[in-house]
Amino acid sequence: MVSFRRILAILLRHLYLLKHSVSRWIDLLYWPTIDLLLWGFVSLYIQQREGSGIVYHFLGALILWNILIRAQQGLAVGFLEDVWARNLLHLFASPLTLLDYVLGLLFFSILKAAVASLLMGCLGVLIFDFNFFAQGLALFNLTFALLLFAWSVGLITIALVLYFGQEAEIFAWALALLFLPFSAVFYPVSVLPPLFQEIAKFVPTSYVFEGMRMVFQAKDVPLLFLFKAYLLILVYLILSVFIFSYSFKLSKVQGKLTKVGE
Amino acid sequence: MLPVVQVFRLFKSYGKKSVLKDVSFSLFKGDILGIIGPNGAGKTTLLYILLGIIEPTSGEVKYFGKPLKKERSKILKRVGFASNYVSLPYSLTVEENLKVFAHLYEVKDYRKRIDEVLQTFKLADKKKALCRALSTGEMMRLNLARAFLHEPDVLLLDEPTAGLDPEYMREVAEFLKKQAEERGLSIILTSHQLSELEKIANKLLLIKGGRILAFGGLEELFKLYGVDNLEELYFKAFSNASLGNSDG
Repeated sequence: MVSFRRILAILLRHLYLLKHSVSRWIDLLYWPTIDLLLWGFVSLYIQQREGSGIVYHFLGALILWNILIRAQQGLAVGFLEDVWARNLLHLFASPLTLLDYVLGLLFFSILKAAVASLLMGCLGVLIFDFNFFAQGLALFNLTFALLLFAWSVGLITIALVLYFGQEAEIFAWALALLFLPFSAVFYPVSVLPPLFQEIAKFVPTSYVFEGMRMVFQAKDVPLLFLFKAYLLILVYLILSVFIFSYSFKLSKVQGKLTKVGE
Repeated sequence: MLPVVQVFRLFKSYGKKSVLKDVSFSLFKGDILGIIGPNGAGKTTLLYILLGIIEPTSGEVKYFGKPLKKERSKILKRVGFASNYVSLPYSLTVEENLKVFAHLYEVKDYRKRIDEVLQTFKLADKKKALCRALSTGEMMRLNLARAFLHEPDVLLLDEPTAGLDPEYMREVAEFLKKQAEERGLSIILTSHQLSELEKIANKLLLIKGGRILAFGGLEELFKLYGVDNLEELYFKAFSNASLGNSDG
């Protein structure tokens, strides 16, 4: 059974870590700020030359992509923090269940994504006169879809580390980027070569970012479009939960849970 | 009287490599069981199976008459664990680490309890210190404080006194014995500190190559091996154990 206090314990463990770590604060605040300023000014420059509304598309895409990355890393890097601290043994020698642990990391990842998006949203208003949050429910639907997808990628990352050991930790940063070219984050799917367009059909984030462009063009996102995105995400989530659970079980059989991080 | 811990015919192998072979024993309330054996005998694997961190190939572990596999969370709420080989996050303070574990074990009135264990293990002045600033001995005491936070009924300890100076080693040993006598705490511990182990353990499990050589009361085993102290018993029992003998 899920326990609120055990979930709180995992959340606290990561908040305390954040509290004492300047490098983790920099990771959380510095990179999103630099990203926003860099891409914001680049798109302003393009807008001045081309006269299109490209700046809002770029900034919106950047904020949404950051939400995905923060949420995915909140889960994957959160797990790695316990690997690096060689703390997994203590955690799983306690009454903590796998579900408690994952839920604790999920809440932490939501916090990280919220802090980064709030910061970027505020900077967008102050510097580029772009209010990300004014887009309302349509954008919320897309953001929620992104969160779910980020968690499925995060779970697969943890499964890889459990299976292959710490060597696989690079996936915590690399795996989400694998989807970037097919996600049509900064450009529409139509600019992709035909083969990439076919692949993009199976990448849920491509629907999310296409949907985002519709929202910024004041168009309604078709329900069928949203449905396709959520259906794909559901498939990814089910697969990732299965792979993660199997990998965790296998790590107990193979004794890897006691070795990961050594 | 129902045993507190029951281990039934445990086998563990990784592919063709056999780590534990037919390990069975029982432990009663207030018992202190010392597990001894050469490096690679399977002591730590056995402890990890008792904690549900490693899945046995076959066999079963029961606590309080209930199977660990089915009631893991409920059971582990009453079990404590500390190891000299597993650290706590260095970037958290002593108090923060204990708070996290107090929530994990759902300890009631946890602030008061944290102060109590810090007092017991002489770490009260380190409450706000980051764990990376602790010495090896202090870290081990913190590990023990953490293991006692939820007042467990069973305690599993892997080399609990390694890294402690002789004074603290004696104090910890006395504390463990007192807990077993007064509170009925059952303890299973691995240790290479044979003289300390001899002072507190009332039962011994001798393990070599994943197989139990002997299990019984301390005096009983002394008689069986014709020795009068644990060091002699160790060398007599494991005299054939070479450094290369590590199939577990």
